[in-house]
Amino acid sequence: MKFAVKAWSNGGARAGILHLGTSTIDTPSLLLSTRKGLPHFISPDLLSCLPSPESRLLHVSPLHFLEGLSMKTISKIGGLHQLLGLHDHCFVSVPRDSIQCLPEANSTNKIGASFETPCGRLLIKPVEYMEMISSTRPELWATLADEVPAWVSDKRNKTSVDRTIKWLDECISLSPASGAVFGAIVGGSSLEERRRCAQEVATRNVSGYWVGGLGLGESMDERPALLNAVIEALPEEKPRLICGLGLPEEILQGIAAGVDLFESTYIYHLTLGGFALTFPLDRTQINALNLAPSDVGSDPRKINLRATVFRKDTMPIVEGCTCYTCRNHTRAYINHLLNVHEMLAQILLEMFFPVDKGSYQCRPI
Amino acid sequence: MAGTIKGLATYQLEEIGCQIILGNTYHLALRPTSELIDELGGLHKFMNWPRALLTDSGGFQMSPVDGKPMLLTPEESIQIQNRIGADIIMALDDVVKTTITGPRIEEAMYRTLRWIDRCIAAHKRPHDQNLFGIVQGGLDPVLRDICVRGLVDRNLPGYAIGGLAGGEDKDSFWRVVAQCTATLPEDKPRYVMGVGYPLDIVVCSALGADMYDCVYPTRTARFGTALVPEGVLKLKHRAMAEDTRPIDPTCACMVCKNYTRAYIHSLVTKDAMGSQLLSFHNLYYMMQLSKNLHSSIVQGKFPEFVCNFLQKMFPKGDIPEWVCNAMEVAEIDISSCCAPFRYIQATKVQSNLNEDEIQAV
Repeated sequence: MKFAVKAWSNGGARAGILHLGTSTIDTPSLLLSTRKGLPHFISPDLLSCLPSPESRLLHVSPLHFLEGLSMKTISKIGGLHQLLGLHDHCFVSVPRDSIQCLPEANSTNKIGASFETPCGRLLIKPVEYMEMISSTRPELWATLADEVPAWVSDKRNKTSVDRTIKWLDECISLSPASGAVFGAIVGGSSLEERRRCAQEVATRNVSGYWVGGLGLGESMDERPALLNAVIEALPEEKPRLICGLGLPEEILQGIAAGVDLFESTYIYHLTLGGFALTFPLDRTQINALNLAPSDVGSDPRKINLRATVFRKDTMPIVEGCTCYTCRNHTRAYINHLLNVHEMLAQILLEMFFPVDKGSYQCRPI
Repeated sequence: MAGTIKGLATYQLEEIGCQIILGNTYHLALRPTSELIDELGGLHKFMNWPRALLTDSGGFQMSPVDGKPMLLTPEESIQIQNRIGADIIMALDDVVKTTITGPRIEEAMYRTLRWIDRCIAAHKRPHDQNLFGIVQGGLDPVLRDICVRGLVDRNLPGYAIGGLAGGEDKDSFWRVVAQCTATLPEDKPRYVMGVGYPLDIVVCSALGADMYDCVYPTRTARFGTALVPEGVLKLKHRAMAEDTRPIDPTCACMVCKNYTRAYIHSLVTKDAMGSQLLSFHNLYYMMQLSKNLHSSIVQGKFPEFVCNFLQKMFPKGDIPEWVCNAMEVAEIDISSCCAPFRYIQATKVQSNLNEDEIQAV
């Protein structure tokens, strides 16, 4: 892995280039969420219809495979690239998946991190996690962390930082030869603990940093300070990855603080709901936008394709958009698919998104 | 389909080699309605499918979704199908289950004949939509014959053999198909509705049928079952969890080229992606089967193809009797795939010996 900052904005935001595997990706960049390695809806042969190389980074939680596929078998098959038949993509392994593998701080203990998953509550020890990393062989992986929600006691929060650092060292010592390591940084909603954790991790031999423990109860107002406390302690030239930010505004907050890579569940929830993002990316269009919600219930940032107003709408979701969905299908067709509960609706909507979201530019609000 | 093959985009269907898709008139009439489809330029445009479409009459699925039985007249059925705009439309017929006996079957057959005239009269787009008639008559050869003659008299673009694939025994099934294909015109397509399993398609093709429709490939995919030359492969089986082979090593589809049984096993019944991938493979399998049937006939190698197909599906030679009988009538020699005992069983049918006499021998 190689990363270099290309340009700086007035604040902490920066544009960079990430070389990972066979891909060269401009940052800030959004990772695609996956379930057992494949997108939630888009089937693998349609992935090539998404813009490349922006959509080549896939977030994988190795915990997904615990439901029905042994690490031994994955290893035998040859790791994620062989398992998933995706040779042009890069895998970023983070245990937490904000949809289905949620950190369960009450059950986490000194032995391992607990997650609430579809196969029940699982306790993952560092050595088990590293076995998953060795078997799946992602290009990039984050160390195991003890993520706690914003409301825990100071004592519990402090313990989470101590544990996360200890597990970081354990993971690194068990680290396979390939794959870039991102050190996990936690600290809840305490500026002090966030700073302390970041300073510790900054001294470790890692290729980048994963900021965890966010999106677990802290408010959007608290976040910039927490992010700054972390980022200030980190070297500029190494990339930063964050999970748990949802809305575009939150992502922009992250970019403004100096984060380069994001994983968000926003797209998944929108897709399920039948929404399509329609906000413009052009600065002049943004200024002209009236951001007050309209009477129809959707706002200028997104449309709800279930609404009856789209029954006969033969426009593509966004006029002029060149994604697969907009080139081939109309709002009326997607409206119909949503009404008859056909999965193709979600497939088409998920395919529509990355064209918009993946093309975030580095500009302050 | 209700405007889409479950979980697959039109791009994928084109890749698989799908040439014609069946649209479910009943569902489309309910949502988004045939009027809306018409207003937006027809079903081809609505779903952006550049190839062929066929709609059924809407009459077969009368079971209510909203609690009200839907009474459909021939005129209404054709009107709805005219609006939807498929390339082939089906006449409204009176279908009865083949497991029923009695005067109802005869009634249904004559009604079907009366209705074909009403369908023809109501058809507003005979130049761009081909109206197929449907042969009914249950399992009664006399009734079937009357129906065939009646439909052929109307000189329709194509003919369907209906009322089958509903629970009748296989022996009765193939005999009805054989009778119909023997008497329907050679130069028009014969479409066996609701068929079906790969074996059934091979047999019906041997008997002279040309077109089929079935939900089986996609439906069975959603239950975790893959179609393979040996029959079926149940991906849910625990044994699949460690199987690193592809579903079908002889299959060239995207799923078999990229995925192991183990991975698909981890998806099926838990993640929609499992159904998607299996549906893709199963449809590809069926398209390959059709392609192979077609090319083997064109190349004059059809009997070899049939034998090869049967050998893979019945490696022990235990080919069902009904298949042997049907192939005999179709004049396809499959003796090389039948285990000797089974072949004797098949020829027993030809003789007039009854059970007791055979025991004595």
